[in-house]
Amino acid sequence: MSDHDNGHIEEHIKVYLTVFGALAFLTLLTVAASYMDISTTEAIFLALSIATVKASLVAGYFMHLITEKQTIIWILTLTFIFFLFCMFIPMITVIDHASLS
Amino acid sequence: MQLPYIIEERPDTGLNNAKLGIWVFLASEIMLFGGLFSAYVFLRMAAPVGDFAYWGSKLSIPMATVNTLVLISSSVTMIMSWVSLKMKDFEKYKMYMGLTLLCASIFLVIKYFEYTGKFHHGIYPSSSTFMGIYFTLTGLHGLHIIGGMIVMGYFWLPAGYKMWESEPEHFTNRIEVVGLYWHFVDLVWIFLFPILYLL
Repeated sequence: MSDHDNGHIEEHIKVYLTVFGALAFLTLLTVAASYMDISTTEAIFLALSIATVKASLVAGYFMHLITEKQTIIWILTLTFIFFLFCMFIPMITVIDHASLS
Repeated sequence: MQLPYIIEERPDTGLNNAKLGIWVFLASEIMLFGGLFSAYVFLRMAAPVGDFAYWGSKLSIPMATVNTLVLISSSVTMIMSWVSLKMKDFEKYKMYMGLTLLCASIFLVIKYFEYTGKFHHGIYPSSSTFMGIYFTLTGLHGLHIIGGMIVMGYFWLPAGYKMWESEPEHFTNRIEVVGLYWHFVDLVWIFLFPILYLL
């Protein structure tokens, strides 16, 4: 392996360690935020926002999605649409007028 | 028989078949956990106000925080094991893969103490709706940890060295694919931690 390749990998390692630091910090931030005196809605929004940032870091850098091929991006986009649909099913029950009668 | 496009990329997908396969599998995994997350939202919305928060308060936040940090660490050691193979350093690979297995074991041991702690206090999946979904989600996640450990353990044992000796590039791809699965397991926990322990 050439020095150029080794240098390239060294840079990647630095990125991985930085992401690790960010994930550890965000984990502690999530715990600290859960002790804040805020409403349940705000707490859910805050906790899920931090979790989404953490998940994006893992998917983007550890799973290399930011440099991954379009085929995978399309598979995941389609999956994400179905996932959102899955998440909205419980919401539909709220607007179920039959249950109000 | 050698499967086609294991190392080289297929012209139409731009990927080797193993990588395409694991991503399609992970897509199905997203829907599996997605269905259960959906169930969690549904049950929480239907539960009496404060019920989920009350039962959630019976869980140990320090234990889960340590477990989150352990799992994040295992993701880093996992990717470092793959990087080591890219640098053609098998000894370092063995060390990092060993550390990943160690982290996975620590996670399970802590989970074991969490579960037995609940059982000791007479709390079971049947105790409440929250505990039902808590044990289902963390139990399924725990099974994924065990599954990952079996595959990682296989590649860590002497069989891994034989594969590395005969087909180093193929073996490196295998570790990348196991890594993708492992990062996904970490990613699921990133969402499980706040929704079960903190909200």
